[in-house]
Formats: sequence, C-alpha cells, structure tokens
Amino acid sequence: MTETRQDIVQYAARFDPAMPRRSSTLSSHLRALEAESIFIMREVAAEMANPVLLYSIGKDSSVMLHLAMKAFWPAKPPFPLMHIATGWDFRDMIVHRDQLTGALGLRLLVEANEAVAAAGSTPFNTDSREWARLMLIDALKAGMDRHGFDAAFGGGRRDEEKSRAKERVFSVRSAGHGWDPRNQRPELWHLYNTRVARGETIRVFPLSNWTEFDIWEYIRLEQIPVVPLYFAKRRPMVDRGGTLIMVDDERMQFQPGETAAERLVRFRTLGDWPLSGAIESDADTVEQVIAEMLSARTSERQGRLVDSDEAASMEKKKREGYF
Amino acid sequence: MTRQAEAVAIATRAEEAAKGLLRFLTCGSVDDGKSTLIGRLLYDSKLIMEDQLRSLADDSKKHGTVGEDIDLALLVDGLEAERQQGITIDVAYRFFSTARRSFIVADTPGHEQYSRNMATGASTCDLAIILIDARKGVLTQTLRHSYLVHLLGIKHVVLAVNKMDLVGFAEERFEEIVADYRDATSQLAFLDVLPIPLSARFGDNVTMPSNRMPWYRGPMLLEHLEAVDVTVDAGRSAFALPVQWVNRPHQDFRGFAGTVVSGRIAAGDPVVVAKSGRATRVSRIVTADGDRADATTGQAVTLVLDEEIDIARGDVLVEPRARPEVADQFAAHLFWMHEEPLLPGRRYVLKLGTQLIPATITSIRHKIDVNTQEQRPGRTLELNEIAFCNLHTTQPITFTPYTENRDLGGFILIDRTSNQTVGAGMVEFGLRRASNIHHQHLDIDKARRAAQKGQKPCLVWFTGLSGAGKSTIANILERKLVAHGAHTYLLDGDNVRHGLNKDLGFTDADRVENIRRVGEVAKLMVDAGLIVLASFISPFRDERRMVRDLLGEGEFIEVFVDTPLAIAETRDTKGLYKKARAGQIKHFTGIDSPYEPPEQAEVTVATGELSAEAAADQILAYLTSHL
Ligand SMILES: Nc1nc2c(ncn2[C@@H]2O[C@H](COP(=O)(O)OP(=O)(O)O)[C@@H](O)[C@H]2O)c(=O)[nH]1
Repeated sequence: MTETRQDIVQYAARFDPAMPRRSSTLSSHLRALEAESIFIMREVAAEMANPVLLYSIGKDSSVMLHLAMKAFWPAKPPFPLMHIATGWDFRDMIVHRDQLTGALGLRLLVEANEAVAAAGSTPFNTDSREWARLMLIDALKAGMDRHGFDAAFGGGRRDEEKSRAKERVFSVRSAGHGWDPRNQRPELWHLYNTRVARGETIRVFPLSNWTEFDIWEYIRLEQIPVVPLYFAKRRPMVDRGGTLIMVDDERMQFQPGETAAERLVRFRTLGDWPLSGAIESDADTVEQVIAEMLSARTSERQGRLVDSDEAASMEKKKREGYF
Repeated sequence: MTRQAEAVAIATRAEEAAKGLLRFLTCGSVDDGKSTLIGRLLYDSKLIMEDQLRSLADDSKKHGTVGEDIDLALLVDGLEAERQQGITIDVAYRFFSTARRSFIVADTPGHEQYSRNMATGASTCDLAIILIDARKGVLTQTLRHSYLVHLLGIKHVVLAVNKMDLVGFAEERFEEIVADYRDATSQLAFLDVLPIPLSARFGDNVTMPSNRMPWYRGPMLLEHLEAVDVTVDAGRSAFALPVQWVNRPHQDFRGFAGTVVSGRIAAGDPVVVAKSGRATRVSRIVTADGDRADATTGQAVTLVLDEEIDIARGDVLVEPRARPEVADQFAAHLFWMHEEPLLPGRRYVLKLGTQLIPATITSIRHKIDVNTQEQRPGRTLELNEIAFCNLHTTQPITFTPYTENRDLGGFILIDRTSNQTVGAGMVEFGLRRASNIHHQHLDIDKARRAAQKGQKPCLVWFTGLSGAGKSTIANILERKLVAHGAHTYLLDGDNVRHGLNKDLGFTDADRVENIRRVGEVAKLMVDAGLIVLASFISPFRDERRMVRDLLGEGEFIEVFVDTPLAIAETRDTKGLYKKARAGQIKHFTGIDSPYEPPEQAEVTVATGELSAEAAADQILAYLTSHL
C-alpha cells in the first residue's frame, strides 16, 4: 500500500473553482516568465489539432504542468499528458505521477517500448545511449504516431547547455520525427508559426527562457509538489566508481564486492534509477535545495556539482522530448 | 551553510528577481569582441560553473585566441562546427542575473548575411549594445546594425567602444568615435544612446570601473544595464488584448483568454471588439490565482464580459476611446527572411497578433539599402533585403502602427506551400482606399447580371505546358458553349500579352504578376456574368490558387491539360522549345523553369489519349453537370 501524498491532495484542491484562490507571491521576473509560457501554451491549444504534454515527472515537467493548469483555468488543459515509461523509473516517480494526475483529473497516456523490455533488455545489460534510444526516443516516436499528435510540449530550457541556447520555442520535426537545423523557422516577437505539413510535428518548449534557478524559485513560491527524491533522505546506495546509485527494487544487479549502504542523498535529476546518480546532501526542503544550488555556483570546492553524465543526459532527453 | 546564510541567500535572490527582467541584444562584427563581452558578463556574474570553467580552460588551449589566458569568448560560442569557424551563426539566448536584475541576452552574428538573425533577436529586445572596435571606429556594419535596431523598434542603445586597451585608453579617440556615430545615426529614432569606453578582454568598465580611463565619468556597462528604465508608459497607452483562446469549460462560464499587449483594464471597464465595433463591459478578470481588480500590459488573463457577443480567436478587445485601425490594405516595412524571393502578387499567410489571414504584397514602394538607407526601386525582395510595401489582406485586420505597439504592428509572412516563415513586417499606416471601394454599394450585382444572361458565370482555367493544346481546346470549347447560347470570353496569352501585360517578361516575378492581372480581369468578367475561359501555362500552384481564391466557391474550374513534355516538345508548333533548348529563350517552362502540375484539378484531360475535340467534350460535360 502506498501512502497518499498529502501535498498532492492539497495541491489539487487549489484548482477546484469552489476553493478560495491563493494569491501569487511571484517576483516580476517570474511573473513575466509565467505569462510568456502561458501565452505559448494557449497558442498551441488554439492552433494545433492534437497536442500532448510530454510528462516526465521531473521538476521541469511539474512546472510545465502547473503552467498548463493555470493557462486554461477554470477549464482543464485541453490536451492529455504522455509519459514515456521504461519500466525502470523510480517507484516514487510512478507514485507521484499516478496520484497527481488522478487528483487533478487529467488524462494520462503511458507509452513504453514493450518489445525491447520483453526481449530481456535492462539498463544493466544495455549500453546507456542505446537504452535511451530504444526506450525513450523510439517509444516517444511510436506514441506520437499512434495517437496522431501534431504538437508535443517538452520541458527543455535554453540554459541547459550551449547548443540548446539556439533552440527555437517551436521546433519543427519532419514526418520521421527528424530535426533538421536548416528547416527551423525564425521566431520574431511572439508570433509562432505553427503551420506544418501532413505528418510533420512540432515540439514546443514553453520553458525555453527559464533557468534552473527560476524553476526552483517558482516551485518554492507556487508550492508545487515534486517527487521526494529531490530532497535529502537516508537511502540504500551503492557507490559505483564514484557514482551513487540507489537500490530502488530487487532487480538491482550488484557487482562483485558491492553492497548497499544507507547514505544521506538527494537527486538533482531523475530518470531510470539504475542510471541516476545521487549527490550527498542534507538539503531536505526546497529552500535548502535552492541555497545549496546557489552556494554551489560560487563554491571553490570541487566535485559538488558532479553528476553522472548518463543520468543528466537521460533526464535532459526526457525533458527535451527526446532528441 | 548555516540556516541564516541560507535565508540571506534566498532573500537576496528574491530581491533581485523583484527588479524584473531586461532583454537585450548584442550586435557587432566578427572580432569586435562580442563573445568576449558576453562571456565577461556571465563570468563576472558568477554564473560559470566549475565544470564549465574546467572545460573552458581546456578549450582555451585548443581553440583560444588569447594564448594561455582563459578565452571568455569560448563560453558562449555554441556548436562545435561553428566554433571551429570562429563565428556564431544563429540567435543564441544567454541568461544571467545580478543582485538587481535578470537578463536575457540575444546573441546574434553581425555579417550582412545574418541580418535576419539579427532582426529575429532584436524583435523581443528592449535594448541593444552596439559594439565598435576602437581601432576601426564606425564602419558600414555599425550603421547597418543601428538601422536594423531602429527598424525593429529598439529605443535604448549602448554604444560599446571596445578594445580601448589597444588605443592606449585615449579619450580623444573615444570622443571622435562617439561624434562620428551621433552624426551618422541622427535620423534614427533612439530615445537614448549611451557611449561607454571599455575593454571586454580585461574587464574595464564592463563590471568593474577602470582606473585606466579616469576621464570617463559615466556608468559601467553592467551598472547601466541594471538601472536603465525601458518600460513604456502603460498609463498612457490604450488597452488592447488579442483573443487567443475561448475558455468554455461548461455552460456557465465563457471567458476570453489572452495577454494584455497594451494599457490596462479594470473590472467594470467598457470594451469594444475592434473589428465588429460591438461594445460591452468587462465583468471579471479571471486568473488561476483568483479574480483581479485590474490587469496591465504583459499579463496573461481571461476576461469575462457582461453580454454574450460574438467573439473568436483573432478578435482584439480594446478600449472604446482609442481603437486600433481596421483595414485590408496597409503600408509596412518588410524584411525578407528566405532564400526564395518575395513575389508581389503571390499570396502568403499573414500572422499578426492572433490573426491569421491570406495576404499579398500589392506593390513595393521602394527598397531600402540596409547599409546606407538609400531608397531604390525594386520588384522583388531577396533574402535579408528590406522594402517599404503595400499589403492587401483578403479580409480587414486589426492593427496599429508598429512604432505604437510591437504586438499589434509586427507580423510575419508564411509561405503557403513550404510553411516557412519567409518575411517579417512592421506596419507603418493603414491605407483607406480599400474600405472606401468596399462601401460603394452596387445595386446591380453579379446574380442580377448572370440571371439576365441565363447562365452561371465561372472561370475555366486551362493550365499546362506550352504546346499542350490549351488554346486549341479552349477555342473548341468556346465554340461549343456559344452554340449552346452561353455568353463567353476567352483570355489567353495572345490578347493579354500584347496589351494589358505588355510590360511583363518571363521571370518568376513577372509570371506571378501576369497571372495576378489575368485573375483580376477574369474576376471582373465573372462579376459581369460571363463564362470566362483562360488559357495560360500558369506553372505555379500558388498563383493558380491565388486566382482560385479571388473567385467564389465553385466558380473556379481548373482544367489540367496533361501532356507529357516529350509530346509537347515534338509538337513544338511555334518552334519555341527548339529556341529554348538552344538557349535563345530563357525561363522557358519545362526546360529551365519548373511546371507544378495541379494536385486537385476539377478536370484533367490527357491529350496523349484524347483528341482536342474529345477533350473539349469532356470539359463541357463537367460544366453542364456542375453549373
Ligand atoms: N585587446 C583586446 N582584445 C579583445 C577585446 N575584446 C575582445 N578581444 C579579442 O578580440 C578577438 C575577437 O573577440 P570575440 O569575442 O571572439 O569577437 P566576436 O567575433 O565579436 O564574438 C579575440 O581574440 C578577443 O580576445 C578587448 O577589449 N581588448
């Protein structure tokens, strides 16, 4: 029996039109970002035939979903959520996903690459890049095609890395879901060109202009529930070559000499548990996570920010709609 | 970190965020030090993570241009290939913040071939930093950048005179450059231009004051960016909200979702729908955070109105005392953004605010040289060119001049076939002509004239290669129609090219204009009640669609005279193919100019299998069953 997440229940109640509204405490900067994202979401709802929100359960998805709830309120967002599941997501993520979408009364589609899973592939016996391609990229394409979606919201941000700095808010994909850098359209003012040919789709990034700090500040001020894995707790961990991996269920494959030990950790990015590296930290509230992040930026100490590349790129792929 | 320090850190960040957001653009030519300057801003505002610093140190050794020092420019140059070429070739957005403000930097390359990237970057910015290399002074590109910045409506400029270290930090040199610049740009509509002498590489006057230029008393760059006030006076401008989405979750709620693009609105205020003139009042301003007493520019809200009036996406809700213009013709500056040139007369899709509507460029008043701002005549526009044009939309749209409001005066043009964004425009003023013509009420109308002739007027449009048999079939068809008592007229190259269109040649642009004129003439004739036959190669789908769109539903009958090129060429009745093959005729359809076959012609006649007589019968059969 999983416990009911009270924070989720209370959160969902906030969107009940019968309940009193809570007033916004956002800074003018965050209010501007929020308004811009809402504008983008409404454009998609108005101009695209069949949009979907790619929901990867992480912090950016949580913000994106929150913005969608606000953009169309008192109506529900006029599009479903789609989660690309690998079968190896942290259990806490699945609990969060199911309770949140249930409480908000949203339509959730879960897509997975069943064939690969059935063939016995796991993150332990598959190259991580190949794993991402099969379980995320292919499953996403199949899901888009199966439901005939012509637009998909992704949580990608331009501050994530240098090459993302040039990504459009509306990114056109060819009929085979390919990304052709030369086929991207100039974006002037707030005039987004949503016209696509048959079979083409658009990935829309309403969080393009948000930074990681903005995301956390927004989560703090808007009191948006996130997966508890983002906060420090004692968890059963294995130290594998400096990367801390959590033993989330009995499918863990230990290497010779490895044992699990309790450590006080949290995750900066979430994905498949065998591929996600944790950091040692005692930050167990949003405020402390933000404080830790700020001090890390100016810290002289090395190593604090080192995340497993795999885990980071995994979550990034999810957020970006799996490039 | 102690709890107290935590609280302080958060409080400081919260305070800075309260100061709001500044979006600015950096323009400079290659090697002026643009990347170094942005890198310096990011570096000094401590946004560089240690892992990034480490990779920067590696990169500096590999690609850097400053010897053993860390090359800050490498922080911001994106893709590997571009980095190797040493230039940036798109708009990249950078983010940093200080204790007083958050910043979004649109970083765009300076070469003339990247003007479109610069225009794109500038479109969302409130301030531009124009970089000058102190050794080189004001160059052609400086003027181009300044003109584009002015055209896109940026009012605040920083003239960053960089590399002062290489001119000995000399005040005279700085003053000379500033004077040159003010001289050259006096015509541009900037509210303020702040010149700052600096050295991006060494940090002088960027984020730290320079003791090497004691003669400079103004603010440092960052200081200015933190303090500059770019707000447009919202109290003065009139309320406007383009409706994005109608929110109707159930019978009892109907709201109009959109972002306020100008002015302020309060519950209880009167509003009108700009296009229909219908008036009502705002009863509620709804957000998920609760109803608001008022809403101002930039806020995304949902308005509930007093009365149920007809409003849809594309409508603009405005204040009754200051309505935007509503017209179907206007003059605008147009910036061309695509490799395929603009063709006047061709139909594009125009997006302005939340309005999407077919539009054509009816004439190019003049082109503008981006480097010198000289005016030149022109008939088409190529990539990165700018013109002052007249545009026509198929229905009236709501707008204001761009200089009054970017969101109600800026538009993009989309190609209907490729769906690419091909142009960006800035409305200057509405042209009243169109509405006057529309209002001239005619008592005798098309139906009346057609009834008199006892027929349903239409346009039968023959398209196909030269020598396909269009005119032959059209002639036979006209004879048969007249024999049936119909009133007809045949338009073809022979009677149009010698008179109406004798000023036109065979370039793509001229072909489009040729078809546009023929389409307009045919439309008048259909209006007069005639069955019009038009026989033109008309090789482009877009132009045929343009003519189709001129006419009413079912009035345009496209006949594809489908003759393979090989057959048409062997017929070669006028000897034209031979000349084209010999290179004596240029732009010949099928040889060195494309033919786009119709996708959904009403009638297709395969002349390889049918005689001209049989083809005419096939069309006649279609007409009698459909008219
Ligand atoms: N001496 C000196 N060199 C500079 C300064 N700013 C930039 N540079 C150098 O000028 C060259 C071009 O700079 P970069 O930032 O790449 O120019 P961009 O093409 O405008 O982005 C590099 O070698 C920089 O190190 C400056 O203020 N003083």
